[in-house]
Order: sequence, then C-alpha cells, then structure tokens
Amino acid sequence: MQRIVIAALSGGLFGAGLLVSGMTDTTKVQGWLDIFGAWDPTLAFVLGGAILPMLLAWHLTTKRAMSLVGTPFPAKPDPRLGHNLVIGSVLFGAGWGLVGLCPGPAIASLSWGGTGGIVFILAMIGGMLVAQPIRLQIDRLAAA
Amino acid sequence: MIDTDWIWGLVGGLMIGTSAAIFLLGNGRIMGASGIIGGLVDRSGLGNWAERVAFLAALVVVPALMLPLFSVEVSTNITSNLAVIVAGGLLVGIGTRLANGCTSGHGVCGISRFSLRGIVATVFYLLAGGIAMVLFRHVLGVI
Repeated sequence: MQRIVIAALSGGLFGAGLLVSGMTDTTKVQGWLDIFGAWDPTLAFVLGGAILPMLLAWHLTTKRAMSLVGTPFPAKPDPRLGHNLVIGSVLFGAGWGLVGLCPGPAIASLSWGGTGGIVFILAMIGGMLVAQPIRLQIDRLAAA
Repeated sequence: MIDTDWIWGLVGGLMIGTSAAIFLLGNGRIMGASGIIGGLVDRSGLGNWAERVAFLAALVVVPALMLPLFSVEVSTNITSNLAVIVAGGLLVGIGTRLANGCTSGHGVCGISRFSLRGIVATVFYLLAGGIAMVLFRHVLGVI
C-alpha cells in the first residue's frame, strides 16, 4: 500500500511539474529543438531544474541502505552503450521533434489533449508493442 | 508572458526532479515515463503493475485538476495532421523501448547520476530532434 501511495505522489507531482514547466506544450518543445527558428530556451531550465533534486537524491542513496519501502536502490547501470541505445534514441528524438510530445507529457495531457493527443498515445503504445520484434531483428543484423 | 516562461520552466523542472527523487528514495525505482508505461504495454513489468497504474493515474488526474488555476486556456497545440501524429507516436514508442528510456529516465534520472548511457541517449535524442525540426519544418515544411 505504501508503495502505491508513494507512486501516486510521484506521478501527481510529475504531472503538475510537466504542466507548469511547459513540457506539455508542443510549441515550446519544438521551439527548443528548432535552433534555426525562433529558439526557445525554456526547456534548458526545465532539464536543469529537474536534475538538481535528483543530484541530491542519488547522493542520499549512497548514505542509506535501502529505499523507504525497503527495496534496494537501482544497481549501477551497465556501462556498455550498445547499438540499441543509439538507434532507439535517434528514433525517439525524431518522433519527439515531429510532434513535440514525449511519453510523460503525452499521458499528463490526456484530459485536455483532445483527439490528437489520444491518437498520439495509441500510436506510442503500438510502437512499444512492436519494439521487441524490432529489437530482435536489429540484434540479428548486428550479429551477422 | 515570454519573460516569465523560464521561471515556470525552472519551477516545473524542480517539481519534476522532486517527483523523481520521491520515486527513487521512496520505492527504490527510476522514474522513467516510457519504462513505467512500456512495462504495462509489453507485460514485462506486470510484477509491480499496481505501482505503475497508480503513478500513471495520478499523472493524468493531478494536472487535470490544476487546469482551472490557469487564466489562459491550456493547450498542447498539437498538430492537426494525423499522419504526423501517428508517425511521431510510433517513433516515440519504438525508440524509447529500444533505448530503454526517454527524457525522464535517461535525461533527468540518468544525467543526474552521471550515467554514460543517460548522457549518450540524451545527446542523440536532442540531436535527432533538432535534425527533425530542420528536415520536417524548414526543408519539407510538414510541421
């Protein structure tokens, strides 16, 4: 139960932050990515602001044995980069630029995003469903 | 209005980072939106489905409740071109699952941990986003 309450607190604050910051406004996101247009620096403040509390949080994980609910903290990430990290990030970035929504803001704006927002979420879910077969295909090609 | 955008960006960013800190210190988990959604979609994360559903439900409900606080009408200003929306959604879905993360997981949680994977992912999705703007807005004129 405690886990669920913490997850809801986190998700709620995340949604509020996305709305307040402008991340749910596709014109602000595209304005940030469009460095050859009327460049909008707002997202630099969003990312910078978001990293600050997390610097402290990661530091605290080294001082404590486990999380509040008693689960271990995430293990150190695999230092290997791998082709899927690069290919996936390029595809994600292209889609993010094309529409101006990434996964968090797409869900957060569900109540006011209209039909376009719902179509985006459904397409994103479709993409997530086919990602695993695509990953296997890429791995096969990379091994060949 | 333009003058105060960066302040709201900073305030919202601090809220986003705090929400990620709550998830990490509270539940011992990385707050990555694509991972939380994707684990339900491809059933790889059903082991802690309740935590994921609670996170996503609050992610939808809390900003919805905040809408009356805004003096101007809140809009995503999303394109009306459905083909563009579908293509973008597919790319975001496939890309974030291949890369195992998006703006929140790799960007916020990864960079703050000085994770090489998070930093490399962020460089590539920002570059690709910038190139997409040049290609689709300035060359092809579709967005």
